[in-house]
Amino acid sequence: MQVGIFGVGDVVADPVTGRPPTEHERIKAVLEYAQLAEDVGLDVFAIGEHHNPPFIPSSPTTILGYVAARTSRLQLSTSTTLITTNDPVKIAEDYAMLQHLADGRVDLMMGRGNTGPVYPWFGQDIRNGIALAVENYALLRRLWREDVVDWEGKFRTPLQGFTSTPRPLDDVPPFVWHGSIRSPEIAEQAAYYGDGFFHNNLFWPKRHVRQMIELYRRRFEHYGHGPADQAIVGLAAQLYVRKNSQDAINEFRPYYDASPVYGGGPSLEQTSQDTALLVGSPDQVIERILQFREYAAGDYQRQLFNVDGLGIPHRAVLEQIEQLGEIAAVIRKEFAVGRPEHVPDAPTHASLKAAKELSAEAVR
Amino acid sequence: MSRKIVVISAGLRQPSSTRLLADRLAEAARRQLEALGAEVDLEVIEVRDHGHDLVNNLIVGYPSEQLEEVLDRVSRADGLIAVTPTFSASYNGLFKMFVDVLDDSALIDKPVLIAATGGTGRHSLVLEHELRPLFSYLHAVVMPTGVYAAPEDWGSGAESESPLATRIDRAAGELAREVDRRESPLPPDPFDSPDSFEKLLA
Repeated sequence: MQVGIFGVGDVVADPVTGRPPTEHERIKAVLEYAQLAEDVGLDVFAIGEHHNPPFIPSSPTTILGYVAARTSRLQLSTSTTLITTNDPVKIAEDYAMLQHLADGRVDLMMGRGNTGPVYPWFGQDIRNGIALAVENYALLRRLWREDVVDWEGKFRTPLQGFTSTPRPLDDVPPFVWHGSIRSPEIAEQAAYYGDGFFHNNLFWPKRHVRQMIELYRRRFEHYGHGPADQAIVGLAAQLYVRKNSQDAINEFRPYYDASPVYGGGPSLEQTSQDTALLVGSPDQVIERILQFREYAAGDYQRQLFNVDGLGIPHRAVLEQIEQLGEIAAVIRKEFAVGRPEHVPDAPTHASLKAAKELSAEAVR
Repeated sequence: MSRKIVVISAGLRQPSSTRLLADRLAEAARRQLEALGAEVDLEVIEVRDHGHDLVNNLIVGYPSEQLEEVLDRVSRADGLIAVTPTFSASYNGLFKMFVDVLDDSALIDKPVLIAATGGTGRHSLVLEHELRPLFSYLHAVVMPTGVYAAPEDWGSGAESESPLATRIDRAAGELAREVDRRESPLPPDPFDSPDSFEKLLA
């Protein structure tokens, strides 16, 4: 089980003090969170991509390149990479480069983005969201797998004799997750390619999360990538812990109430019940996380936590990450109990490279 | 065959003249459907009972479990009777919120009887200018007769120009016949049989 943190780099005033961080402070803070994540033994750091305020990560590979240089074990990922509005050629190049810089510690999570105006700013139309995700990703896969690509599609200039450089490290493309909250087409896409499927179950009630993941697992098997329980599943959660559960609730409530997603809507208690919002003592939170196998319809491979954002102060975020280091040790151990041997871990560069060498040998 | 009629009543006071009209329409529809040989299962949804859930749904983008069950019953209904008080020349906000959180496809080809109440008969065209286009937009089959009840309607008898009881019976008859000649709807389950990826790639 990989445990890590993810964020979208929102620049929001702390609703308690009223003070907004500067973009510079926020950017530097995110880098510090990544380094601390490695120091406390977490496995993954993922950053989103946005091209509109109040978000800072417009250039995720710049951030991840920096983190790569400052860390040695942390897996670097995205949450998410916009497969709709980015040129797939640029994604192929940027992330192959990052793979080399990070000695392979790179994977990506594809997402469509849900802000209407962002599409036209990049020459696209949100109504083509699914079609763009399908076509662009199909091209991206070819760019990483074929040295010379001839290609023609609906949304982008045709390519004749194009080679994306650098080539993926060891000729092993980064592993890809597909993230979607409610589009069955994306679960279908992940299943078709045998890629991972990540559900941001923060924003949808658990009964539907399970439906989506069951669909992905069923179709993964249908497309011949192995039995459904070998499909690669990731989940999200929002985390705020304190030794004393009432302290956690009291401290987190103003951030919840001012949240652009939940503010003015259901209570913190209701949302905690319906979604993967975890606010409480470490023991309470661990108990809830261990039940996430219900959302995931079985054993799963990656659990990411959002701990920053919503204006939560820098110091509190650092404390959350430290706590998460301890929580991660417990949940890794607990999730391993009763987990069948044939359920794989999330693919890494090393495991994909080994699998590639094995299949090359089999051919010989 | 058992047919399900769902009544949406967006009255705010109790007792409510909107609910009174809704109940009379429901009973008339039941009578006429039974006359056509159907068994009738009638359910009234008081929208105000779900007021907070509706706001929460709009804000977070998903319904509470309880509201979801209600929305699901609307999708599965054979026919709908939608009744609202007139507020500021239109349906009230609560009524619109309920319609706004219905699935895009929930009302496609569904027979809908529209009705409204108001403080004066001068608002009666709210049916034609607000309710009918709303349901047409959602691809519902809106009955030709809509029923508007003004205060004076509750105290007029058979001698009045167009008695409320006559209009109720006419509208209910239209709904009964439309429901009777249709199959019960089977709302699609997107998780059950999605488009195959080969089709998406093509």
